Amino acid sequence: MRVFRYPSPPSSSITPHALWLSRRDLLAAGAAAGLLGGILPSRSARAVDLAAQPGPLSGEGLKPTPLRDVTHYNNFYEFGLEKTDPAERSGDFHPRPWTVRVEGMVARPRTYDIDALLGRKLEERIYRMRCVEAWSMVIPWIGFALRDLLAEVEPLGSAKYVAFESVVRPSEMPGQGGVLPVLDWPYVEGLRLDEAMHPLTILAVGLYGQTLPNQNGAPVRLVVPWKYGFKGIKSIVRIRLTDRQPHTSWNVRAPDEYGFYANVNPAVDHPRWSQASERPIGAGGGFFGAGRQPTLPFNGYGEQVAGLYAGMDLRRDF
Amino acid sequence: MAARRVRSAGPIRLALYGIGLTPAVVSFVLGATNRLGADPVNTFERTLGLWALRFLILSLCITPLRDLAGVNLLRYRRAVGLLAFWYALFHLSAYVALDQGFDLHTLLADVTMRPFIILGMVAFTILSALAATSNGWAIRRLGRRWKALHRWVYAAAICAAIHFILSFKVIRVETLLYGLVVAALLAFRVYRVMPRRVKTPSV
Repeated sequence: MRVFRYPSPPSSSITPHALWLSRRDLLAAGAAAGLLGGILPSRSARAVDLAAQPGPLSGEGLKPTPLRDVTHYNNFYEFGLEKTDPAERSGDFHPRPWTVRVEGMVARPRTYDIDALLGRKLEERIYRMRCVEAWSMVIPWIGFALRDLLAEVEPLGSAKYVAFESVVRPSEMPGQGGVLPVLDWPYVEGLRLDEAMHPLTILAVGLYGQTLPNQNGAPVRLVVPWKYGFKGIKSIVRIRLTDRQPHTSWNVRAPDEYGFYANVNPAVDHPRWSQASERPIGAGGGFFGAGRQPTLPFNGYGEQVAGLYAGMDLRRDF
Repeated sequence: MAARRVRSAGPIRLALYGIGLTPAVVSFVLGATNRLGADPVNTFERTLGLWALRFLILSLCITPLRDLAGVNLLRYRRAVGLLAFWYALFHLSAYVALDQGFDLHTLLADVTMRPFIILGMVAFTILSALAATSNGWAIRRLGRRWKALHRWVYAAAICAAIHFILSFKVIRVETLLYGLVVAALLAFRVYRVMPRRVKTPSV
């Protein structure tokens, strides 16, 4: 197990930005690709250390799930249906070059280059992650508040929702070309504008001190810790502000099983299983390790977010 | 003749149980020693359920195998069927004990409200009845009714196959293939009894 390194790496360990860029140029040019391929192991060449300050909104007393489990037990159907598929089948995915288009009902639509996003002031947020399948992790994300990005594009008063869209690359994402239709691609997600503007909502560009591995949604993904994991759309290419509730992939697939809100709620069961408790991943000890733990309303973030849903019937708007 | 056949089948039958129970033993040992991946209880549960369905399907293959290929394995059908029952029992036990930790509230809600779980329970209940009557005494005692009772194995297989399909968030090729095999075996069974009906003039 890799021991968690708290995120204030010595500056000597951080690849200078200019050097890092120049290495990318070489790779992009392709001329040295073969040569470098022989020198640098491709996976580790891709992961870059990120400088991030501990965020004030990290949960206290949370023990991060081992890195191995965070990166090898994933739902990312673009790479396949098995939990091990994303780690095994994402090697051909290219998270660079990359841009994220932010548009729709905004005064200043913008296209962000991934390098610009990585160059922002980054924070570490240690969040609980609760999957709708009743398992959970604790992940030390690195990212920035989505609200800061949205503020830069100046949402219009008419904007009520934020729609997110994932990348479509069947040649690099083997799960997008399966025999049976899994989900409609691109994967799409959405938040109400006030949810998107909540300080807990982040765009993550890294975890465990480094840039996001492909299997975790490289190069940039959404993290909304009080909602089920499937709301955390990965490999985002487009963010659009709108006045209509956006379609969301799982809701389109099975509306009676996955709601638009998808707030973690132990009182509202999935039709096929209870949501009252969860299996913590990577607790160790095999069968007789941690056992189940109770699931908390809003995944333990109720104090901060319950107010967003005042007066709503969360059994209907699940 | 019959006695000799039983005796000669004995070691093979024992070997069948030995080999058949290997996946359960191996994955139990792996799981108990934390070598079954990130979510060991779930992996164990699924492994046991899948083997239950596999042995159930195998037991249904024995008659078609005799009729179509002339290979007579009828003397091993009981062992294969009982393996299906044992795996179903292990599967259910893993769910009740390891997964839900004997949480009666959740278990009761699962068994009464969720079609996914109900299908699995129906399959298990049928298999239990069949396992309980898989002995010479029950066969003699039930007479003609034994055959009628054991035809319910098809209902168990259908429930188990749907239960398997529903155990994932999306429809998978693998689960569909299992469902198709069950459907084909059922179709063969129906087809086999049809010609006789056509020949009977009084129907």
